[in-house]
Formats: sequence, C-alpha cells, structure tokens
Amino acid sequence: MLEIRGVHTFYGNIEALKGVDLDVHEGEIVTLIGANGAGKSTLLMTVCGSPQAQRGSVTYEDTEITRMATFDIVRLGIAQSPEGRRIFPGMTVLENLQLGAITTNPDFFEDDVAKVFDLFPRLKERSNQRGGTLSGGEQQMLAIGRALMSRPRLLLLDEPSLGLAPLIVKNVFRVIEKINKEGITVFLVEQNAYHALRIAHRGYVMANGKILKSGTGKELLADPSVRAAYLEGG
Amino acid sequence: MADITGSVPEARSLDIPSMLKEAGITALLVLALTIVMVGFRTIDVPGGISVNYRFEAVAVSVGIAFVGRLILILMRRGRSLPAMLVLGPLVLLQLLALLVPDTFGILQPYPDPVLNWLIVIVSVMLLARATWANWHTSQEFTREQLEKRQDESAAKAQKILGYLGPVLLIGALALPFFFSGDRQMIDIAILVTTYIMLGWGLNIVVGLAGLLDLGYVAFYAVGAYSYALLATHFGLSFWVCLPFAGAMAALAGVLLGFPVLRLRGDYLAIVTLGFGEMIRIILLNWYQFTGGPDGISGIPKPSFFGIPMERPEEGVLSFHSLLGIEYEPVHKLIFLYYLILALALLTNLFTVRIRKLPIGRAWEALREDEIACRSLGVNPRNTKLTAFGIGAMFAGFAGSFFATRQGFISPESFTFIESAVILAIVVLGGFGSQIGVVVAAIVMIGLPEIFRDLQEYRMLAFGGAMVLIMLWRPQGLLAHREPTIRLHPKGGAPEPGEVGTDAPDAGGTPETTAERP
Repeated sequence: MLEIRGVHTFYGNIEALKGVDLDVHEGEIVTLIGANGAGKSTLLMTVCGSPQAQRGSVTYEDTEITRMATFDIVRLGIAQSPEGRRIFPGMTVLENLQLGAITTNPDFFEDDVAKVFDLFPRLKERSNQRGGTLSGGEQQMLAIGRALMSRPRLLLLDEPSLGLAPLIVKNVFRVIEKINKEGITVFLVEQNAYHALRIAHRGYVMANGKILKSGTGKELLADPSVRAAYLEGG
Repeated sequence: MADITGSVPEARSLDIPSMLKEAGITALLVLALTIVMVGFRTIDVPGGISVNYRFEAVAVSVGIAFVGRLILILMRRGRSLPAMLVLGPLVLLQLLALLVPDTFGILQPYPDPVLNWLIVIVSVMLLARATWANWHTSQEFTREQLEKRQDESAAKAQKILGYLGPVLLIGALALPFFFSGDRQMIDIAILVTTYIMLGWGLNIVVGLAGLLDLGYVAFYAVGAYSYALLATHFGLSFWVCLPFAGAMAALAGVLLGFPVLRLRGDYLAIVTLGFGEMIRIILLNWYQFTGGPDGISGIPKPSFFGIPMERPEEGVLSFHSLLGIEYEPVHKLIFLYYLILALALLTNLFTVRIRKLPIGRAWEALREDEIACRSLGVNPRNTKLTAFGIGAMFAGFAGSFFATRQGFISPESFTFIESAVILAIVVLGGFGSQIGVVVAAIVMIGLPEIFRDLQEYRMLAFGGAMVLIMLWRPQGLLAHREPTIRLHPKGGAPEPGEVGTDAPDAGGTPETTAERP
C-alpha cells in the first residue's frame, strides 16, 4: 500500500533520513520504533510531503506522492494525526471533527461522528467543549478521531502515547487495534516500544536516519538487541 | 528565605517610602511627558511665533498623577478606606468647583471644563471602586479566571445582543422615519453603516482567516474608482457597475494575495500596508487615468433600479412620480441609507452563512493552526486567497457606494488612517464577532460625529480606549466565539460527569477520568 524506497530527507544541511526503505501492506499495523532523534517523525512527515524527500520515492497505491503537496496527499486517503496533536484549541470538539471531514462528502458526517464517538465516548461528552480545554488524553483521542473523519484507508499516527498516563496509553492502543480491525491500515510511530510492538503485525527499528531491523512485532519483541535498547529499563 | 516569607505580609502593609517612590516616579514620567507638550505653546504674534508658558497646567497634571497613583497603590494593597478618605473630599471639591464656579472656580484644576469633568468622572469611578472593595472582601483572580469571567460575561452580553439583533435591525430600518427631517443624523447613519460594512468585510480577512491586513482601504479605493471611472466615462449605472467594482476589488485582493501568502503576522501586515499605500500613490500619480489629486467629480447618484431618484421633470419617469409622492431632497439620502444598509446586511448574511460552510470553517481553522489544516487536506493557498478576494470584494462594494454617495472621490479619501480605523473597529469589536463590529463602529464613528464639538479630544479618547482595551480585554469587546455546530440543541447539552453511563467500554471512561487533574 505504501512503499518507501531509498528516501533521503534533509533539514537544511542535516541529513535526517539516510536512505530509508519501508513497506506498509494493506490491513496491517506497522510500527516504527526508535530513540529520540532517530528520524521517525521525519519519515512520517516525509510521507505527507512536509518536508519532501530530497532523493528516493514514496509511493501510495501506485501513485508517486514524493513531490505532492501535503493537502493533496491527504485527499488520496492518507490521514495523519500529527506530532503534538495539533487540535484546534479555540474550536469545539465537534468543530474539530467537522474540520477533519472537510475533504469528504458532508452526507457521511453524521455516521462518521457517531463512529468516532463510539470509539471515544469521552469525546461525545465533551462535544461542545473547546479543544484547548481538554486533557492531554482527550486531545489525543480528538486528534485520532479527527484524522478518522476523513475516511482514510491509511492512518499515520505520530506518538499517540506521548505524555499520557499509562492507563490511558493502554486504552489508546486498544482503540488503534479496533480501528485496524475495521479495515484501516495503520502506520504507527512510537517510542513506547512495548505496547506498539505488541499490537503491530510488523515493526521497524530506526536509528540515526536508517532502518536497523525489521520483523514481525513478536520477533522484535523477542529480539535481544531490541529488548536491550528499547524495552528494558524503559 | 526569610526575606521571601517575610515579604508576603509586608506587601499588604503600608510601606510609605516605597509608595512615595512609586508615585514619585509616575509624577516624574508625567512631568517629562507634559513639560514640552503642555508646558510650551506656540502662538502666532504679529511678525512671527512666540511661546506661551503653561507651567501651572504641568504642575496640576503632575500633582494629579502623584495623588492618583497613591490612591491606586492604596487600593491595590487592600487599603480602600484611606483611599476613600483621600478621594472623597477631592471629588467634593472638584464638583463644587465645577458646579459653583463663582465661589470655588479657583479650585478648578484646568481652564478647560471638558478635562475637569473627565477628572471628576475618573475620580468618581475610582471612589466607587474603593467603596465597593471596602464592603466586599476583595477576591483575587488569576489572569485565567479573570479572562474566563470576562469571556462568560461577554458570552452573556452576546446572547442578549443576539436577541437584540432583530431589534437593532428593525431600529436600523425604521431610523429614517424618526429622523426624516434631520439630514445630519441620516448622514451619520450612512457613514456608520458604511464602516459597519467595511468592518464586516475586513472581519472575513482578519477575524475569520486571521490575516492581518493593514491595507484594506486599497480595495475600498479600487471599488470607488472602478465605479467612478465606469460611470463618468461610459455612463454605466450604479447597479451595472456594482458587481464589476466588487470583481475588480476581488481581483486586486487575489493579486495582492499571491505574493504575500508565504508571509504571516507582522510581515503580512507590513506588506499589506505597503500595498495600500501603493494603490493610493498610483491613484495620485496616474493623472491621465484617475485625475490624480484632482480626483473624479460628477459621479452620478444611484437610481432606484433604473428609475432615477431626481427632481421630477416633465415627461421623464422618476421614482416620485411613479409613487405619486412629493419630491423632497432628503428622500435621496434615505434611499442611500437603505442602499448601504442592504449592502451591509448582505455582507453580514454572507459571513454568517459561510462560517458554516467548509470554506468558512477552513478560514477559522487556518487562523488557529496552519500545519494542522494542511494535514487535514486544506489547501492553505487557495483558502487564503479566497479570504482575501471575498474580503476585498465587499470593500469594493462599499467603495462604489462611497463614490456614488460623495459624488466626488480623490486619493485623499483612501489614506492609511482609514485602514487603521476599520481595523480598529474589528479589533475593538472582537475578532470574528459580527455584533461587536456594529458596537465598535457606532463607538468609533458615530460618537465622534455626534460629539463633533469635542473634536480636539477625539484622538485622545481613541488612544485611551485602545490602551484600555489592550490592557483589559486584548481579544476585543465581544470576542466570545459561538460554535457553528452543536451536538445537542442549545441548553440541552449534558453536564460533564452526568454522562458516562453510555460508555460501552466500562474500563475506558474511568481511565480517562483518572488523568484529569
């Protein structure tokens, strides 16, 4: 579904991605783990065309999207819950969801909102409340819910567990599995390797802008070097 | 550490030297500000200019600043009783001086009664506040609480104003009947309504899309010149030119929009400011086309959909002969008033409707977070361009109305100060608030026109009002934003906490609750 081939991305002179190859197949949950500054978020953002890859190619369902503008990529059926959630603080939960649906047929809106509220009952309670007044966990739910409103087939999630209490992290991952079971492919970038690999069909380990290892979630969880670097003491 | 713990009660106590020091600094500042501007006054004398000295006014100002500051410090430290004791006699003395000038006139601080009354009003307000604080244990609010309270009261005010909206509308429609003989009032009403329309138009650009535009008057000028040139050269009627003027202004908006799209905030403001000046200077210098500083005169008045609103002549169908009413010149004015009212209402209706459409929502979202917008599939370039174009279009409509009302336009009508006033209306009213613009336009345009006698103090009051707004309500008077969509009908929204029973995932809801502080 998503093919990333030899992607190099630069921030000015700094080469953040040094030739990354990665595949996401339809129906999978693919997890990308790695330490701070490994280039995980950069890879996710490169898929969305901001920043664009300098070399290499990103292909989504046989369409080359390497040089496409972010908003056009999104219209192909890729939704992103961006790093730092980036919900609209001055707008209500419902308005945030409405903006997520801005690219879709308005007739779907009510059904889709009902689906999101089904996944996150908490959002329904807070539907008329401003985004900025939500707690961190609720904001994360809103960011994911908003991304789902565009009826994506591929959902990109950037550290959905960041800054959340452990119990809520568990809940968020449970919801991600649920979303996946409903037929949406998920590409998940996480530092929380344990949870992320447990729900993932396949995983990649990234360090210094390169993919170090790949395998099924179970394989990586059992891999001694992965355990040593990302799981134990973490 | 002892110092820190000790400073808490100390802040409440009367530290006379530090109080005097603070008041002294204030007085010094006032001295530095007033000594040149108030202390010296140039006057014309035969054979040149001479200087008058007004040091007594400086002394009075410094004294007022000193005493005023002391009272403010006292009130800030919760000592409202001494503040009352100082203020009370002062207010009495001032009132005596103003009301019985024969006996106590010598006590008037300034020779100008307006200033004296201003001082009395401010003192009475302070006194009222001190009295209030004396009887109510003062509640200290944090900044957020204060803002929340303000937002709540603004929301309430807006709710009331929302009901008042239709009343205001009926009032606006009925206005000419109350003042049918009063040309001046209708003139002011036309002027205020023009600015309301401009404010609503700029509100699309600044309030909704969040693009700070300091050159809005340029589009107003484009609209005005479009109509004026078409009407004087080709004899086209107002109604034919109106869409054309709007289209020209919108085109100018899009043309400006293209190069400045990459800019944000202050940079955008400066470029738009430059664009506004460019348009004015082009109009000023392109003599063959625009008439330069001579302007364009003899711009025809609008007709009533093709039927002229002129003094009836034999054999010519006119509005009055059609209706069989007596011709009165004021009817023309009333017609102009209804024309601008209709245009303004059109702007309002458009804005209210478009906020609920995807493009309007995208504008508002763009103001809040451009990156998030892009990640949701919003094309920021097109979205900004439409905001610029549509905002400019309404300025173009207003501009052609301005041209037809005045009958004469020149670049002088489109200076930067016009942009500043329109922007001030939007800022004062609260970004994105429609009713706020109305209130602000009445305050900013209507009141100065009605109180023309106090012209000298207009800019003073304007500056003062701006400073107060920035200090106490930087979001604008009525900046509370009503959501465009609600899950439940108004008032029927469930209280947070009362729900939670409908959560299918029994484990989910308590977990999220646990995280809330």
